[in-house]
Amino acid sequence: MADALAFLTSPTFIAYSIIIGIVFGGLQIMAAVMVYAERKVAAFMQQRYGPYRVGPKGLLQPVADILKLFFKEELRPKAADAFLFSLAPIISVAAAYLAFAPVPFGAPTTFFGLLDEPMPLQVSDVNVAVLVIFAVASMGVYGIVLAGWASNSKYSLLGGLRSSAQMISYELAYGMALATVVMMAGSLSLKEIVDTQSGYWFGFIPQWYIFPQMIGFFVFACAGVAETNRAPFDFPEAEQELVAGYHTEYSSMRFAMFFMAEYINMVTVSAVAVNLYLGGWHGPFIPVEYGWIWFVIKLAFLLFVYLWLRWTLPRFRYDQLMSFGWKVLLPLATVNLILTAAGVLYFEL
Amino acid sequence: MFYGFAVVTVIGALLVILQKNPVYSVLSLIASFFGLAGLYILLEAPFVAVVQIIIYAGAIMVLFLFVVMLLNVPREDAAEWDRSHPLYRPMAVRIGAVLAVALALELGWALSRTAGLSAGVADDRPAVSSVAELGKVLFTDYMFAFEVTSILIIASMVGAVVLARKRED
Amino acid sequence: MSIGHYLVLSGLLFAIGTAGVFLRRNLITLLLSVEIMLNAVNLAFVAFGRQLGEVDGQIITFFVMTVAAAEAAVGLALVIGLFRHRESLNPEAFTSLKW
Repeated sequence: MADALAFLTSPTFIAYSIIIGIVFGGLQIMAAVMVYAERKVAAFMQQRYGPYRVGPKGLLQPVADILKLFFKEELRPKAADAFLFSLAPIISVAAAYLAFAPVPFGAPTTFFGLLDEPMPLQVSDVNVAVLVIFAVASMGVYGIVLAGWASNSKYSLLGGLRSSAQMISYELAYGMALATVVMMAGSLSLKEIVDTQSGYWFGFIPQWYIFPQMIGFFVFACAGVAETNRAPFDFPEAEQELVAGYHTEYSSMRFAMFFMAEYINMVTVSAVAVNLYLGGWHGPFIPVEYGWIWFVIKLAFLLFVYLWLRWTLPRFRYDQLMSFGWKVLLPLATVNLILTAAGVLYFEL
Repeated sequence: MFYGFAVVTVIGALLVILQKNPVYSVLSLIASFFGLAGLYILLEAPFVAVVQIIIYAGAIMVLFLFVVMLLNVPREDAAEWDRSHPLYRPMAVRIGAVLAVALALELGWALSRTAGLSAGVADDRPAVSSVAELGKVLFTDYMFAFEVTSILIIASMVGAVVLARKRED
Repeated sequence: MSIGHYLVLSGLLFAIGTAGVFLRRNLITLLLSVEIMLNAVNLAFVAFGRQLGEVDGQIITFFVMTVAAAEAAVGLALVIGLFRHRESLNPEAFTSLKW
């Protein structure tokens, strides 16, 4: 009993609780900010104003959206499978949150000397972090597939089927792109991968893996966008063909959960990309203790690219998506993997 | 911990064969796989646990779910069973039941006579769980098996494509 | 936990898988039951590997998983092909050698 109390009041436990709180709340806030940013960026690119009525510059728009979704009626089609219909959004959002758990977002810190030993800024430092993220990401597809099936509507079913085929196809390229970076860093832990990117080549080029791994980054970016079902790969919810795809029959908070899962997944994929390719919290000018500032800057940039892509590129055709995944990305990733393996052997043996 | 994961695994597996709807069967098998992954972590094999999730739960089961949804499989109906099949004759069923009970008894007998069952799994030797160690053994001692596996995969890939292809004629 | 616990659990899973193969009349569930059996074997391998302090148990597991993946791919392709012919997944619907 005394042990438990001592544990609950120990600085490590409190610090971990704070970190979990930061990540959990941060992801939620990020999702809300992304909804606002998406509409503002879209408006900017289409020379409109975007939301501007709720609060200054429309900043309270996400709050209004959330309130609206809260008070809407929960609808469920009569022919839907009740249990799976409720389970699907829960799986989606849980997988989205879980995937962020092994992602570090800053250098180990003592919280300005409050702690005796520096602790990593991440929820859990798993030594196979890259694989864990990969595994959890592959769980997210179940939410979408089950939503499609349980709704008992043809649009939803088509969305779900497309999504499962797409995710399986692009997971291969995604995994290969991860493998190249893992090979170069020689570790599966994201923290160690980031730490290998701290130096500079020739004194001014940061040792980020994006420079030797441009092909890998390209593959990772394409597969990442496809995995999160964002334009130009947003087939599971292609509005013009499938009404709203897998969440056609969803309303109110259940719909909001899918929505949140999508944005959190974007944040996670971007955060992983920052850690793997863009040097994580390392960067010039800012000391490493405040590295999370660099992390947030890079993250924001990648998220902007996401929005940029959506409002710039039209959607592929479905057969184009499949042939792009299997005939372009996968061979490219494989060749890149082989070249990287040869390079690692040549330079580091 | 062990009992928690074991219960999840066994109940998941039981639900797979007790459910009429294939979609629920697939889902309970996924739950069962998560239980197994937990057991692998208890056995200090985190890499196997993660691979279990990625390959089994993340790929193979998605494939199953995909096929179930694509075919829109009818629920298994008891009346549909062909009762005239020779194996359904009462005599055959009784012999089969007796054999099954005998097999279970034999298994229990064999387990009760085996020595060393109560030895703890983690008592004697330290665990080897590093991925590097696994890779080293996989690509040296098991090189031949590894290469043969790749041939197996190619064969199954070609087979699946040929089977699923639409006939031109 | 003793090795016996894992062996009993593994045997139980294998029995459930076998029962599924014998009792169910749905090709998809049959394939799922085969997966349960393969996993039961995997569990035994990993448990023994842990007790002996060797990696071999874990490595055999990877081979089993590969075989399972190959089996699932071919098996499901067969199921799709059969379903196209007979609109049924009952294995007893496929008794004729030619149609």
